[in-house]
Amino acid sequence: MISLAQMAMAAGFILILIGFYGALTQRNLLRMIVAFSLANTGVHIVLVAVGHMRGRTAPILDAAVPAADAVARIIDPVPQALVLTAIVIGLGVTALMLAYALKLHARKRTLDIARFTELKW
Amino acid sequence: MMSMSPLIAGMTLLLCVTLIGAALVAIRAKAMPVAILASGLVSLIASILFLVLAAPDVAMTEAAIGSGLTTFLFFFVLARIRASQPDSARYDEAEKAGDEHD
Amino acid sequence: MIKRAIALLLTLAVGALFASLLVGYVPDSELNQTARYYAERTAEDIGAANIVTAIIVTYRGLDTLGEVTVLFISAAIVGLVLAQGRVLNNAPQQPRAPVSELLSTGSRVLTPLILLLGVYVFVNGHLTPGGGFQGGAIIASGMLLLLLADPLKHFSHQLIAVLESLSGLLFVGIGVLGMLLAGGFLDNRLLPIGQLGELFSAGVIPVIYSLIGLKVGAEFSSMLASLSETSDTTEET
Repeated sequence: MISLAQMAMAAGFILILIGFYGALTQRNLLRMIVAFSLANTGVHIVLVAVGHMRGRTAPILDAAVPAADAVARIIDPVPQALVLTAIVIGLGVTALMLAYALKLHARKRTLDIARFTELKW
Repeated sequence: MMSMSPLIAGMTLLLCVTLIGAALVAIRAKAMPVAILASGLVSLIASILFLVLAAPDVAMTEAAIGSGLTTFLFFFVLARIRASQPDSARYDEAEKAGDEHD
Repeated sequence: MIKRAIALLLTLAVGALFASLLVGYVPDSELNQTARYYAERTAEDIGAANIVTAIIVTYRGLDTLGEVTVLFISAAIVGLVLAQGRVLNNAPQQPRAPVSELLSTGSRVLTPLILLLGVYVFVNGHLTPGGGFQGGAIIASGMLLLLLADPLKHFSHQLIAVLESLSGLLFVGIGVLGMLLAGGFLDNRLLPIGQLGELFSAGVIPVIYSLIGLKVGAEFSSMLASLSETSDTTEET
């Protein structure tokens, strides 16, 4: 049997692959941005799954987990701090991509990325 | 290595399968609003998965930002792009031309 | 066809790489050294019950400062890129469909509650799961509800900009004060550590997280307002 962390990690990896494939093959700008957002979510799932340990609970000290046995009872808190930052920055990057897509559409009236040929030889 | 209990293992398996199914819908859907809603669903299920993985802070953040604000950003932009086309037929044409077909 | 086949091959190659990472994976049975240090020392050094909060605000506070800067830059760029349309917005708007009464009445009831929830979440960030980023996102959702209920509502960009800049300045100011009055930049012991589990405990963490919550909420609101507000024009190439 596989563990919980392995199952979640496999789902995260498959999500990254789906987002990656979508970003490579789609030609509509908005769909590409959706694919990037999916890959982003996949990376977050993998990171949080790395920090999970069997039989332990969330890193919050309260009546259930007093400060004295914190070391024996909590999971790794560092990946969670990393992913918190990553989620917020992912939203900032998505908003930026959408703003650029809007401007590109206003200029060329199309969302097809094959029509933007200024940077091609 | 068994998971916590058959209930949690079964629930996690169901969540992962729904996650991947929603992601496939988000990539392959014909209509744009369906794709955006499916990506919001992926974020929502990811937030439940974070809770099962004992990360409540991350679950709260992903639920608020991923399935709330990101979906709305996409819909605002989609509405503005559609409003700027003189008629909807030309938008569908632009969208179909932008879909994958090699 | 070739392009799709190449994309599929590339995806499968990356998938094989991931599979090789996944096959031999065994979760740890003990905390590693860094996590053990944080788990042991948080209660006495920082006094925060939420260890993730202690890491984000104090132990790795410099990374949070960098993240807040990145968010500020992206909100500024979104506002800048879409600013050209905003100038022409003084023209009369096209008539839109009237908003349903359910939405406009419901939003008047719900928006104060949502804002209150957001403030509660970031004020209690050091005790329960939550914190500045979650509270800021909830506040932005409240603003979003206002925007949906009244699409012609004009957000005062001045107020949002002032709020955001003030919060950012105060955050850095507290950090510098920590350098002058306590151990170092963004040190926690500026205010007394107090009792674990009380509202007024954990030093300056509640203050810093509240400032971060306000700043992040203001930034997200300004991003949403920029993206929904400007009118479309055809550009001359």
